[in-house]
Amino acid sequence: MKELRYIDDVSTLVLDKEKCIGCSLCTQVCPQAVFEMRDNKANIIDFNACMECGACVNNCPSEAISVSPGVG
Amino acid sequence: MDKIEGCGSNESPKKKNLKISTFDVNIMSSMDEIALSGSAELPNPLADYEKPGYKMCSYVDKFIQTDAGAIPIIKSKLGKDDLFSTFYVRCGIKRNKYIVVPGLYGIGKPDKNSEVLVTANFKLTFDHLRKQLDDINAWILVLDTKGINVWCAAGKGTFSTLELVRKIKDCNLEKIVDHKRIIVPQLGATGVAARDVKKLSGFRVVDGPIRANDIPAFLKNKRQADKNMRQVTFSLYERFILTPVEIQIVLKPALITALALFIISGFGPGIFSFSSAWERGTISFFALITGIVSGAFVTPMLLPFIPSREFALKGIIAGSIFSIPVLLIISSAISGAAGLFALFLFSVTISSYLAMNFTGATSFTSPSGVEKEMKRYIPVQLASLVISTGLWIYSAF
Repeated sequence: MKELRYIDDVSTLVLDKEKCIGCSLCTQVCPQAVFEMRDNKANIIDFNACMECGACVNNCPSEAISVSPGVG
Repeated sequence: MDKIEGCGSNESPKKKNLKISTFDVNIMSSMDEIALSGSAELPNPLADYEKPGYKMCSYVDKFIQTDAGAIPIIKSKLGKDDLFSTFYVRCGIKRNKYIVVPGLYGIGKPDKNSEVLVTANFKLTFDHLRKQLDDINAWILVLDTKGINVWCAAGKGTFSTLELVRKIKDCNLEKIVDHKRIIVPQLGATGVAARDVKKLSGFRVVDGPIRANDIPAFLKNKRQADKNMRQVTFSLYERFILTPVEIQIVLKPALITALALFIISGFGPGIFSFSSAWERGTISFFALITGIVSGAFVTPMLLPFIPSREFALKGIIAGSIFSIPVLLIISSAISGAAGLFALFLFSVTISSYLAMNFTGATSFTSPSGVEKEMKRYIPVQLASLVISTGLWIYSAF
């Protein structure tokens, strides 16, 4: 979402490009368009839009993504 | 379609049931005739599926026979009851008990090639889905999410891989459809791992659009979602529709706070005065209402237009602006700047706290961000509350 944004630099999202197998599932499940495919690898193109919902982590087949929000 | 027995007709179950009813009322043969003639005059397509002690849901249109038994076909049009209860639930009334029995339903004229749409058993979610499915033939697999919507349930783990696999098996989905494909709303991805579903059930998860109203276009487009279908929004209407619940949640604590306000307002030169409790209490009560309206309604509504990313600060800004005209109106009843400032601080604090609370209802806040905000602003809000209470008591002297 471009018009409504939350606090920057807080997300615990980490993408390990080495582990990425290029399945592009993360680009599909992310509700905030955080990822984009470039050269058959996932890229974080909008880190601060991440709301740590965990959809990408849950669906990544190669455990290349992690989010670890505290208990809140 | 031809493989589904009795699809669109209820001939066979009717015969079955007649046998049962004759058996049941065998003792009084006269009753048999009355029952038979009655049903002949007024055909009720649901009669064969009625059971003593059960009430037919108003959204069920009829039943169809499948290889996996009788499946209810639901209406795509919402009835008056549905609209009334939608209104109640939006106001927070009986919100936690608004559920649909989990399991398999159909809509339109579903057959062995129809898509299977997965959803949650919150009745608001269920209604929202079916009203978008006019002219669509599909199966609807309702998971047991304890009456919670798809996204929240996915986050809490009830809209999950295991629950989906369990329902696929319990409903004998492989007997219902010839294909091995289920459409799961994209926001369910937090709880449903597609590859595990495939492994455990043989069914392939297709990520459906976020919003139910995109489903017809999604299906027409060969199950391809465009970019807009994959991104959440938080429009003015989407924010507005959440505010009644925000206010409803606050009602009880607000009542307790109001009581405390009236007591605190009674303290003064004569230790405690009932007339002062009433007069000053009423004034402080207006400050409370101002804070609630600002934090739970104005801030959510004007969310993108209020400066700052932090909700607590948005609440402070909205509260400051909003409480000034209110204070001007009631200023004639207050003598001294201390009292006015106490009321101002109080309104702004309530507004800030409730605005921060609204982070839980949005579609774009991260838990880490909320944690950061709370650590920063809760001490400020507490300090402000203590100062405003002190000033308010001081201003009575």
